[in-house]
Amino acid sequence: MMKNTNFFSAIFFSMSLACAASAQPIALVSSEKDNALTVVNLKDLTVQGTIATCKRPRHMQLMPDRKQVLVACGGDNAADVIDLATRKSVGRIPLGDDPEAFDLSPDGKTLYVSNEDEGELAIVDMASKKVIGEVKVGKEPEGVKVSQDGKTVYVTSEVASMVHVIDTATRKIVKNIQVGKRPRRMALTPDGAELWVTNELGASLSIISTKDMKVIGTVKFAVKGARDSDITPVGITMSRDGKRAFVGMGRVNHVAFIDVAKREVVQQVLAGKRAWNVALNKEETQLYVANGLSDDMTVIDVASGKALKTVPVGRVPYAVLVVD
Amino acid sequence: MTLIRDTSDGWHKLAGRAGLACLCLVSLSAHAVDWRVTLIEQANSPQLDKTRLERAYLGHPGGSAADGVSVAVDEAQFELDAVKARIVLKTEAVAAVADARLAAQTAEKNGAAALLVNLPADWAAAVAGAVKLPILNVGTSDDRLRERDCAANLYHLLPSERMRADAVGQALLARRWTQVLLLTGPSADDAQRTAVALATIKRYGLKLVANKPYKLSADPRERSLANLTLLTANMTYDAVWVIDSDGEFARGLPYNTAQARPVVGDAGLVALAWSAQFERFGGPQVSRRFAKAAKRPMTGHDWASWMAGKALVALAMAQTKLDSVAVGKALLQTNLDGSKGVAMQFRPWDRQLRQPLLLSDGQGVQASMPLEGVMHPRNTLDTLGADMPEKLCKTPS
Repeated sequence: MMKNTNFFSAIFFSMSLACAASAQPIALVSSEKDNALTVVNLKDLTVQGTIATCKRPRHMQLMPDRKQVLVACGGDNAADVIDLATRKSVGRIPLGDDPEAFDLSPDGKTLYVSNEDEGELAIVDMASKKVIGEVKVGKEPEGVKVSQDGKTVYVTSEVASMVHVIDTATRKIVKNIQVGKRPRRMALTPDGAELWVTNELGASLSIISTKDMKVIGTVKFAVKGARDSDITPVGITMSRDGKRAFVGMGRVNHVAFIDVAKREVVQQVLAGKRAWNVALNKEETQLYVANGLSDDMTVIDVASGKALKTVPVGRVPYAVLVVD
Repeated sequence: MTLIRDTSDGWHKLAGRAGLACLCLVSLSAHAVDWRVTLIEQANSPQLDKTRLERAYLGHPGGSAADGVSVAVDEAQFELDAVKARIVLKTEAVAAVADARLAAQTAEKNGAAALLVNLPADWAAAVAGAVKLPILNVGTSDDRLRERDCAANLYHLLPSERMRADAVGQALLARRWTQVLLLTGPSADDAQRTAVALATIKRYGLKLVANKPYKLSADPRERSLANLTLLTANMTYDAVWVIDSDGEFARGLPYNTAQARPVVGDAGLVALAWSAQFERFGGPQVSRRFAKAAKRPMTGHDWASWMAGKALVALAMAQTKLDSVAVGKALLQTNLDGSKGVAMQFRPWDRQLRQPLLLSDGQGVQASMPLEGVMHPRNTLDTLGADMPEKLCKTPS
């Protein structure tokens, strides 16, 4: 009798797991200290569980077919490939030393990754899983962004305070653009005309004209009662219509909502400690913020600019990826 | 183009003073700007004695200051190439204060852009008085160089003893370990640093339970002065603050006190400019780059020399004119990123680089100061060390 109950509950348990695995939409939160991704159900904003991954997971990105997620593993010098249907790691792509951020070519065939220790951008062929090229850049390269046409890749260098513009065909640096101090992450406007770059130690973001390859504007952040040195913007995302940008301002624990056309901060919302990388849901009604020092994720209602909920996740959350 | 011409103008002026030999060098490298820097170090420094290095006392140097400078310059190669600048480091080992002075004057005569000193406080002060060149101090934390013996051309990358004491004071306050037993060593350095610690204890409203001298002595009659149980028994206290510039006594103190209490100061929890175990703000990458190049873990002193190198890179990148006034002025305007999460500047009133300090037991980093929530009218980093209104340095600004 006892045995039977166990047997049935085991079946029931595995069924519920299978159901859970297919339920969408979800948010994946990478936590630098946990070697795992936390899965948050976006319907009811509860934690469904975790997915075991590589060491020190940081940046995450969906493959173009949206069936797999790539995770940069700082501690494993690789990208972990996670299958979304089974929520299991199904492979590794070797990257260089200590990869933090990467981007894929629009066709998903080539991966560009910053290797902080070597001070280079590595180019990886996804089919053969081999590094097929390297471009020397400034030390501690961080953010990587491929243009919509795949012809250009932008890389920030934290130490050099530059954005390197690299031609993907020749694999050569076309231009080095001096931006603010310690540039981190980037977002392109939907028309590809402007590249927005957050400056972690500049309390600002630089706006680059991709055509002229120069800085054409700056958004300076200010939070009432806080000093410049406490405003450390890192994460940035933009709405699909290119009207709004959202920036995690780090130590000041706020997220800035920016009017892209006016280049003005229109609202600031309190999140958790060290509000870092940010992501929007598909409907763009909610913004998710990874809070690195309070080990949680803040859910913000975009229309009202109000925090709806704080969801506890893993240790030292780094980024959020929405899957729907 | 214009910027390169500007700097080479400056170089010609310097070269004119230095003579024909330098002019030849300039014409050979017409499109490169050379930042020639001389590092003056103490020859056979007792701090770098092999057996001392093996002990790896927290807060002590781990090797030559040239290591940190080289790492900073190497990692900036990409940017330096972009502005066609070079930083050329020369190291001079000197055995006496007179030699240090002479080395500085010779470097100035030969057109050096700046000096770095890794010297005892007296020697560093003598060098500062002998030349007009900007001098980056990476070797001494002595407060007198930031206070009564400060100099307008002497910039400090290493935190002062007072900054370190304030960091300990803030940590004690945060943990409510307010009853402090102070154990102080016999050396002149120890006496100075005891005065600094006592001032911190007073400033933060901590309570001094007792100030007891200890001594490691050859005289058997003084043996009780090194008896850890006797020194720490029959009192109630929350923490033991040990001042030991040498390091040997302090190292034996944790877990050997009569009362089960933590040790801070020169053992236990130690205030440092850097720890190779620091995990935040890209720290591991910095420590890894340093360890790869220098084949040893990165200490606080190495961080200071690395920052000195970064300051030079910043000047070269800003295409600062190569004369001592312009370089000094540019230094005061520079914002430096030292992987401690904030931009750091030299305080105009005493030329000390303001910076967060790490508290470490050597195994990890337990906290960083200033304490979150500590307030200051201008910059919370200025809660560590001598602040502007105190006017302890009369010379600069």
